[in-house]
Amino acid sequence: MVGEFFRNINKNKVMLFMVLPGALWFLFFSYLPMLGTIIAFKEYRFSRDGFWASIVNSKWVGWDNFKFLFSTNDAYIITRNTLLYNVVFIFVGLALSVLLAIVLSEITNKRLSKIYQTGMFLPYFLSWVIVGYFTFSFLSADRGLLNGVFESLGIQPIQWYAESKYWPFILVLVYLWKAVGYNSVVYLASIMGIDRSLYEAAMIDGASKMQQIRAITLPLLRPIITIMTLLAIGKIFYADFGLFYQIPRDSGTLYGVTNVIDTYVYRGLKSTGEIGMSAAAGLYQSVVGFVLVMTSNYIVRKFDKDNALF
Amino acid sequence: MNISFNLIAGIFAILCVFPFLFVVIISLTDESALANNGYRLIPEKWSFAGYQYVFDMGDSLLRSYGVTIFVTVVGTIISLLFMAFYAYAVSRKSFKYRNFFSFFAFFTMLFNGGLVPTYIIVTQLLGLKDTIWALILPLAVNAFYIMILRTFYSTSVPDAIIESGKIDGAGEFRIFLKLVLPLSLPGLATIGLFSTLGYWNDWFNALLYIDSPNLVPLQSMLMRIETSMQFIMQNASNSSISMEALRSMPQDTSRMAMVVLATLPIIFAYPFFQRYFIQGLTVGAVKE
Repeated sequence: MVGEFFRNINKNKVMLFMVLPGALWFLFFSYLPMLGTIIAFKEYRFSRDGFWASIVNSKWVGWDNFKFLFSTNDAYIITRNTLLYNVVFIFVGLALSVLLAIVLSEITNKRLSKIYQTGMFLPYFLSWVIVGYFTFSFLSADRGLLNGVFESLGIQPIQWYAESKYWPFILVLVYLWKAVGYNSVVYLASIMGIDRSLYEAAMIDGASKMQQIRAITLPLLRPIITIMTLLAIGKIFYADFGLFYQIPRDSGTLYGVTNVIDTYVYRGLKSTGEIGMSAAAGLYQSVVGFVLVMTSNYIVRKFDKDNALF
Repeated sequence: MNISFNLIAGIFAILCVFPFLFVVIISLTDESALANNGYRLIPEKWSFAGYQYVFDMGDSLLRSYGVTIFVTVVGTIISLLFMAFYAYAVSRKSFKYRNFFSFFAFFTMLFNGGLVPTYIIVTQLLGLKDTIWALILPLAVNAFYIMILRTFYSTSVPDAIIESGKIDGAGEFRIFLKLVLPLSLPGLATIGLFSTLGYWNDWFNALLYIDSPNLVPLQSMLMRIETSMQFIMQNASNSSISMEALRSMPQDTSRMAMVVLATLPIIFAYPFFQRYFIQGLTVGAVKE
């Protein structure tokens, strides 16, 4: 047995050597953190003697961190915000991406279509920090473009970064601005894959553009739409940290509508120092996220085996 | 019909590019015109003073550029090496443990420890806090990219080629370098561009792990300027020291000039990136 094991190791040693750096990376950056989730069940204290000593010396507190987390209003607010924003992103984003893909596919001048696509792709390549500056150039209270326009129209300027009621709209707009152009390419690619003769036949039958879109394009896009949506639902418990941290400029008065699980965990770790509760929120996110990914993948597999993640 | 389609797509494309152009305009506005009129599409007075200021204070910007370039180049090389080897090994049917290592990578896409344990392990166990490696290593490997690469190898490198290499007496490494690598170049280029962009745009790892001003990358420096400006502004009324500090901070135009300078390399490279990204999107959709 043992001898055979070593013979196998020896026979595969080159391949094992090849996976070694990556495997070590996964061990340190993925699997040890998974073990580290026990911090959520401890009252974590940093120890000078390093990681292992900190873990061992911290006191077990059982489910206390979770009890504290869920007894505050925070758990409700961050869960609500994360879910609601993602739901809006998924459905509005989907509608706009598909619409744009159809529009792009119908443009007869291919050079113009390429130019539009290049423009729409730009936001995807910029970091959230840069997008934060862009947003600021519009929303700055004393210098921003919007308040400037308001002033010339005789409307009272708005302190954008202090009034939370506008932020759900601002965040959705910024998200759509950054993501829609990129996402529409996926749908455009599958529209391009549709058999042209279907449209020719429809045209001979006298179908208008709208009728063609309704009767051919949309039904044929349905499988890919279903799959993309289900996969997005699997990730509904994760928010884009950059969007919710950079765009509102970490403004405390806006936390009620901008705090999501990811920003809450970050702040618990770095600014408020509530490591135990922050770890508990992180574990809550990972576990629910895992269940959602497994469920949505199970459903995707029922629809279409080829597109499932596993 | 066609006109309205062109209009919709054209307007959306312009909206996508507009904020960037607007920031370019602000960076070219005269500071006193900004103070009087705020950010305007057509400034009262143009000026290069913002850029002048940035190049005069040069040092910290140059250093941040240096950090970002170093991290991007070294990071991309490391992640390509790690992932190309890993993906190749798990794509080979002769590798006895391929299923185990595939799953080992894949499972990390389903479940993760979250931010807090990761932070504690990186700082306390690996001791990477305030080192350049904290900007490089956390982004080095990505299970999803490994899956894409594995698919790429198994579809574009036929077993027969590897067999022929073996018959000619080449070792596994030689086969990889001389036969597999040239064939898989398009796949590697796609993943390489993905990671280049990831490293260039990263600020999150700097936010978590970097305190030393010498190691602050470009994106993160832009963030820090903004935060300290806000801090000074909020406390400007009750202290004379902060007024002093405010004067030494870069002005509005020069901050926008920095934004433009940090974005410029991407603006020039992205039409090229775009092609590979579309390829990557389609490659990623194909499974083994």
